[in-house]
Amino acid sequence: MPTLIETKDLCKIYNRHKPDELQALSDVAFSIDQGQVAVLKGPSGSGKTSLLSLIGCMARPTSGSIRLADKDVAKLPERFLAELRRDLFGFIFQQFNLMRELSLFDNILLPLYPTEISGKEMKSRADEILRQLELGDRKQQKVKQLSGGEQQRVAIARALINQPEIIIADEPTAHLDRALTEELLTILARLKQNGKTIIIATHDPAIYQQQELIDRSYLMHDGNLLEVERL
Amino acid sequence: MARRLNILEHALSSLLRRKQKNLAIIVVYTLTVATIASVLFLTQSLRSEAVNVLAAAPDIVVQRLAAGRHDLIPIADAEQIRRMPGVGKVEPRVWGYYYDSLKKVNFTLMGVKDSPTNLPLLQGTFPANNEQCTLGKGIAEAYGVTIGDSLVLVDSSNSSKLYQVSGLFIADSELLTNDLILLQEAELRRFFKLPDGRATDLAVEVYNQREVATLAKKIKLALPDSRPIGKTEILHTYDTVFNWRSGIMLTLFASALIAFCILAWDKATGISADEKREIGILKAIGWDTNDVLLLKFWEGLAISLTAFLLGAIIAYLHVFFYGAGLLAPVLQGWSVLFPQFNLTPAIDLYQLFVLALLTIVPYIACTIVPAWKTAVTDPDSVMRS
Repeated sequence: MPTLIETKDLCKIYNRHKPDELQALSDVAFSIDQGQVAVLKGPSGSGKTSLLSLIGCMARPTSGSIRLADKDVAKLPERFLAELRRDLFGFIFQQFNLMRELSLFDNILLPLYPTEISGKEMKSRADEILRQLELGDRKQQKVKQLSGGEQQRVAIARALINQPEIIIADEPTAHLDRALTEELLTILARLKQNGKTIIIATHDPAIYQQQELIDRSYLMHDGNLLEVERL
Repeated sequence: MARRLNILEHALSSLLRRKQKNLAIIVVYTLTVATIASVLFLTQSLRSEAVNVLAAAPDIVVQRLAAGRHDLIPIADAEQIRRMPGVGKVEPRVWGYYYDSLKKVNFTLMGVKDSPTNLPLLQGTFPANNEQCTLGKGIAEAYGVTIGDSLVLVDSSNSSKLYQVSGLFIADSELLTNDLILLQEAELRRFFKLPDGRATDLAVEVYNQREVATLAKKIKLALPDSRPIGKTEILHTYDTVFNWRSGIMLTLFASALIAFCILAWDKATGISADEKREIGILKAIGWDTNDVLLLKFWEGLAISLTAFLLGAIIAYLHVFFYGAGLLAPVLQGWSVLFPQFNLTPAIDLYQLFVLALLTIVPYIACTIVPAWKTAVTDPDSVMRS
């Protein structure tokens, strides 16, 4: 399989030249092939989220390159980065980052609003995903009325609605119990079977010990990618 | 196109999420627009009424002054004016004011010889004899009479006389005929004890409108104790009075407008942590800065346009259907306080456009600018929330 994402000498410094300057990433070299599942392990503050942000085109590196399907995206203008985030990526955030006052259905549709997809097509896609994630009967409920597990599934549904190539999940099991973690793993396995490329940042052994699921495992510490395990 | 509609759809559902907050803004905004638009509508309508009145008015009205006050003018002066080149008809007019202390109503009583062409009738006829009268709508309503009914008036000798209502006025301009009672001229002279050979004033018709000012000067020279008043002079006086009054009102309401602007600015600049988080989420899942600004534009437009239209409609109803009950006493003046009259709808679209511009544009700007400040930052902050 061809390499889908590759970073070289990637550095990220927050609040540069300010008293609270923070070096989040140092010379990170990361790569993943299409259809693989990679896991970033490491303690809190090690730089996992920073790396996911850069790979997911949510922030720009201070230096270094990020090649996405053989194109350097590190210096692209904001609107192209937004297009990439919309068309190529699906994000599952640690805190879900759902709009609590909106219905489950409206939350799922959010990534599709700034596209030329018609309302009818949007709704049919959302219905299909809700059916797959067994949320169809609750679609008009507000997010704040849902349980943690249901919110997690809504976040997954929102990440999948734009049919992305790459799914980025940041600590996806941080707020889930064991049963819900199992459920998430089943969903991730299904996505892998469907050819999706998945990058997961976690320090939950229940995920990074899934040898059947994980193709590559990275360990992060103090902004460095210290160890690469190819499983 | 689909993208714009999708974002509009989301903007509307977004507004519904914060019902109370947005409703409060709409209420304040609507009241501000309604108040200012009421003043503008009322002023414009009164000005337009004045123009209608003057359309039917003579080119020059010649009054006589005695000791600086209006006095009766000799009808013989009419002949002297008529001989001036450029002058058409000169009509002596006989009229006066009548106050009914029971109803507390002011009327204008006017004497006519033939049927006046400049006063269209609603129904019936002009007074054909000394026992008949023709009434304005306001008077008919104040006394609850119609054609064929009788109206009692008390003359200068304090004797009551019964008049049969022969006609009612149609009202292109209600201001013109609303408080008017027409009687036969001879009857009016008897009513007010006016001497023969004298009139209240002289109505002068001029062939060339550009000559009006020159002829007024000539009349003043020929009749030094007269006071010729040109039509444009009256119009200018009306304009000044209404502009002055509306200026006072608008100055008072400017504080309301300023309060509204502060509220809008506060609302807009004080973009909440929740809103910042939402913008971050939208950017993270693929919205670009323009999409976020379009969303905020739709939100701002929906609120400001709704409030502006509601305000304008409320002002229209207030002024033209409910007689501008809250503002009329200040803007109209004593003579038209009673009998009641309805203003003829007249709107200056330019003024309305300026009002829209001064309220909608700043509000949208107040909504977009802080959202833009948030939207141009990298969305990765949302990953860390």
